Amino acid sequence: MRVQGKGLNANGAPLTFTFDGQEYQGREGDTLAAALLANGQRLVGRSFKYHRPRGILSAGSEEPNALVTLGEAAKQDPNIRATTQELFDGLEARSQNAWPSLKNDVMAVNDLMSPFLSAGFYYKTFMWPKAFWEKVYEPIIRRAAGLGALSGETNDDTYEKAFAHCDVLVIGAGPAGIMAALTAARAGLDVILADEDSRMGGRLLAETYDVDGQAGADWATQQIAELNAMENVRLMPRTTVAGAYDQGTYAALERVGHHRADRTGPRECFWRIVSKRSILCAGALERPIAFPNNDRPGIMTAGAVRSYLNRWGVAPGQAVTVFANNDDAHRTALDFIDAGVTVAGVIDSRDSAHALGDYPLFKGGQVIATKGRHGLTSITVEHSGGTEEIATDCLAMSGGWNPTVHLTCHMNGRPTWSDNIFSFVPTEGSVPNMSVAGAANGVFSTLGCLQDGIDTTQRVLVDLGVDAADVETPSAEDAPYRIEPLWQVEGKGRKWLDFQNDVTVKDIRLAALENFRSVEHMKRYTTQGMATDQGKNSNVAALAVLADATGRGIPETGTTTFRPPYSPVAIAAMGAGSQGHGFAPERLMTSHHATTSRGAPMIEAGLWYRPSYFPRSGEETWLDSCNREVTMVRGAVGVCDVSTLGKIDIQGPDAAAFLDFVYCNTFSTLKEKRVRYGLMLREDGHVMDDGTTACLGPNHYVMTTTTAAAGQVMRHLDWVSQALRPDLDVRFASVTEQWAQFAVAGPKSRDLLNTIFDDEIDNDSWPFMACGTVGISGVQGRLFRISFSGEHAYEIAVPARYGASLFGQLTAQAEAMGGGAYGMEALNVMRIEKGFITHAEIHGRTTAFDIGFDRMVSQKKDCIGNAPSRREGLLDPQREQLVGLKPIEADGKLTSGAHLFVEGADAVRLNSQGYVTSVCYSPTLGHDLGLAFLKDGPNRYGEHVILVDHLRDVRTLYEVCHPVFLDPEGELARG
Amino acid sequence: MVKLIAKSPCMGLLPKTIGAVDLTEVEPALITLIAPFAGQTKAVSAALKDALGVSFPAPNRAVGTGARAVWVGMGQALLMGANCPDLKGAACIDQSDAWAIVRIDGVDTSAVLARLTPLDVRDSQFKRGHTARTLVGHMTASITRLGVHSFEVMVMRSMAGTLVHELEQAAENMAARATA
Repeated sequence: MRVQGKGLNANGAPLTFTFDGQEYQGREGDTLAAALLANGQRLVGRSFKYHRPRGILSAGSEEPNALVTLGEAAKQDPNIRATTQELFDGLEARSQNAWPSLKNDVMAVNDLMSPFLSAGFYYKTFMWPKAFWEKVYEPIIRRAAGLGALSGETNDDTYEKAFAHCDVLVIGAGPAGIMAALTAARAGLDVILADEDSRMGGRLLAETYDVDGQAGADWATQQIAELNAMENVRLMPRTTVAGAYDQGTYAALERVGHHRADRTGPRECFWRIVSKRSILCAGALERPIAFPNNDRPGIMTAGAVRSYLNRWGVAPGQAVTVFANNDDAHRTALDFIDAGVTVAGVIDSRDSAHALGDYPLFKGGQVIATKGRHGLTSITVEHSGGTEEIATDCLAMSGGWNPTVHLTCHMNGRPTWSDNIFSFVPTEGSVPNMSVAGAANGVFSTLGCLQDGIDTTQRVLVDLGVDAADVETPSAEDAPYRIEPLWQVEGKGRKWLDFQNDVTVKDIRLAALENFRSVEHMKRYTTQGMATDQGKNSNVAALAVLADATGRGIPETGTTTFRPPYSPVAIAAMGAGSQGHGFAPERLMTSHHATTSRGAPMIEAGLWYRPSYFPRSGEETWLDSCNREVTMVRGAVGVCDVSTLGKIDIQGPDAAAFLDFVYCNTFSTLKEKRVRYGLMLREDGHVMDDGTTACLGPNHYVMTTTTAAAGQVMRHLDWVSQALRPDLDVRFASVTEQWAQFAVAGPKSRDLLNTIFDDEIDNDSWPFMACGTVGISGVQGRLFRISFSGEHAYEIAVPARYGASLFGQLTAQAEAMGGGAYGMEALNVMRIEKGFITHAEIHGRTTAFDIGFDRMVSQKKDCIGNAPSRREGLLDPQREQLVGLKPIEADGKLTSGAHLFVEGADAVRLNSQGYVTSVCYSPTLGHDLGLAFLKDGPNRYGEHVILVDHLRDVRTLYEVCHPVFLDPEGELARG
Repeated sequence: MVKLIAKSPCMGLLPKTIGAVDLTEVEPALITLIAPFAGQTKAVSAALKDALGVSFPAPNRAVGTGARAVWVGMGQALLMGANCPDLKGAACIDQSDAWAIVRIDGVDTSAVLARLTPLDVRDSQFKRGHTARTLVGHMTASITRLGVHSFEVMVMRSMAGTLVHELEQAAENMAARATA
């Protein structure tokens, strides 16, 4: 019901919206909750477990009940709090957790079964038969319980992430926050003022207090305008600071698109704000009182009831009652009387209470019963004068206020109990460089908050060495809080503590009775404090009940841990930009477009995309293409983009000594214009990477690494140069991106290259393992005669700008010569045929000894990993060592990852003789072959082993052989 | 006779204008990484000053206008837009094709960068001539401030597409807010 002339948005434009399909009118500036209450819609949801009818409890982000779903299908947004959702024209909201309708929810039958569904029920019931839990009970319980749901479809809404930096982050824009921001800003500091509300002002927007002789809301608006005009101030409305992290970093969630009908643009922005200092002015949250059946729609917190009247001009009822233990709640009665709404009574548990205005006061009174299934109709009050039933459709309750201490606890701080306000206050220093001011610090009068905001900030300025700002304290009310504790009211009926999780006083007592006495155990046993509101409304009261049930004080009982986020953050916001291909940067080779336009499927190699194979017409499977490409290279010529391999340019007077130190073999003897294969060990003596290094000139080398380990090797070289051998004068840089490099392999490789080189090459000028510069129509390239296929082969590198063009030329020429481009599959087959290793073999657990390269570890010099590689256990012949496997049965299957056993042995772990690392079908040899590690392998050539793959259910007899299957003398590459 | 055609890293991707942001590719033609050997920084700097009028930049600084030198790491700077003189005291490594370089201009530039990089680019902290190695999204990058609303972002050449995409997305998000 709207109240004429009330509300800050009294002149707001009319807006149309729907709730569960029913059309309603609201006003610009309304929240969905305000608009629903304005239309008399008190029932808005069903509770989590018992499907109890529930209404709006609060007017802020702490709302446990009024959760709705917005948006359709893939764009469905569940668990939107009606109390924070701003109304827009055409908004369509749906209630959750009810079927077939909100008013007639069949699952409400759970409520009748509540004696069986108390805390920890699933530990006690639904236990037998055992198999039924996972298959029957749990799915049923999960379906019956729950909040809103995602659609299960891919949502292509945009979210974003951003960073912000400031000197002072002020969290919360109520009276304390405004004064804190003004004080810091006038001192010239960079200030960010963040507030979760769409409009800044905090409680000043919800109260009728005057500040500096004008309405509090007007005063707030003026101060915000002043702040907005300052260049060093950034206002961030609709932004919830959700977490406090190390070194002044805060996570914050900004609602960017939720209040707009237009769905283009980001929905939310996840901010990481880095500040020198922060001032928490997050205010306080009012707590409900646990009295019998205190969960009926129409029973709300007293401050929220005032908010609806003063901010939105909405009376949540026509006959309002108040139930409280403090003076503050009496303001609700005063404001409603002032607005011309009937106040049927104020029930105050304190014997000392006195009326602050003209309304019936029940001193020492308690609400012991309520009526109204879908909405409150009456309450029963027990007071010093007797018991009576009062007709009311809105009960405003207040058990006092809890300072919003959450952020101060995010780095494992614990709040301190205060007997002055019967709640927890922040412990100083809980978060480094965070100060707390205002109600969040337990200061509850308006004047107190304004003053605390100034004083706290002035202290921050002193700490930062900044001259104090000239700020006057505005005049404002300074009424005392006057509270006496009241946690629960005895009586018939359930006394709800945690509305969101359907946890009652009895549940907490049951937990204590069953010895879940620690607060953390109680939480997990009862689920109190879980889900979207994280117990904002119930934590302190639940502690008080637990303390009482266990005979301890509240401070001894302690609190559960507050963890980020303060209020829910969509994973979509934290993962903004990472949908689909946004997940990681894409590194594309210069040949990428030519490759994909040939229909080559791309596979990821780190961040790179490389072609698997180049399909041609008539080829039905990848294997068809792969076999053809292998045959093509071995018979004619193939071209493969190998730009993804790491390339590191190394220069300096000590470059050769540096290489000797990082490679296990010697490079100081490498002559100019020659290339050498090198093996690099880790500091623990295991193999790190392999590759070739070419000597381009005096003290000038270019090292290649594998694609996978390029970053690791670069990091390793940096580490060695900076930390281990700073005495060596050497400089290096990655040139991976500078050069596009292509392997040209096959008997016709030189013929092909000679068609594009400015000067022809021959076997004398470019023998195996030679390197140097070549000209290609005037462009200077680098040519390396190296081979990963075992064929007569080269790698030609040109500056990357020419990469696409050169790839086109090479493949066109190759095709004219009966060859063409080849991909990773063919590359892999050819290297297995040659017994060349990759990271399938040097997987981090193998040594040079294991791969048969022990003699490469030069003992004439020292190198990283040399000494550790000589350790006894690492040279044991019984270690698994590299061998080849060839089939005995023609169609015997060979699978990678399979284990090897001696014939007749049980195929169990203890009997494993080794394992298979790489397999392929060799079109050159006409059968499968593989590389494997086998105990004492080199001495077992000719032996038979059984290969067992339990995963794929394969058992095959194989013969152990030398790992080089093709051209063991290497004549092809030298020819 | 073959003819090799040169392609810039962002060819076909830029230029673009999105909202209040202009994205253009920068092609300095020549980029050389200069890494002075031990104890040679002063001599290298003097030689550079003699030859090109730019000195070897201090950490996090970029110097010069025609020929520019941009610090890119410990003891390393990129000489851009000029032939590298014969520097005996330094490793000089051609990087002309290694970087994708995008210039961002417009009033929303800082806001766009704030969506991609943790670098503090506030006017008071990151002035013209300042440069930093940092992240742009998940990419390692170099960012240099050229003017009030002008920055230069460099990433590995192979990531040009990702850089342009991420800049576009951030600029589109900013533009969407402007119409809200």
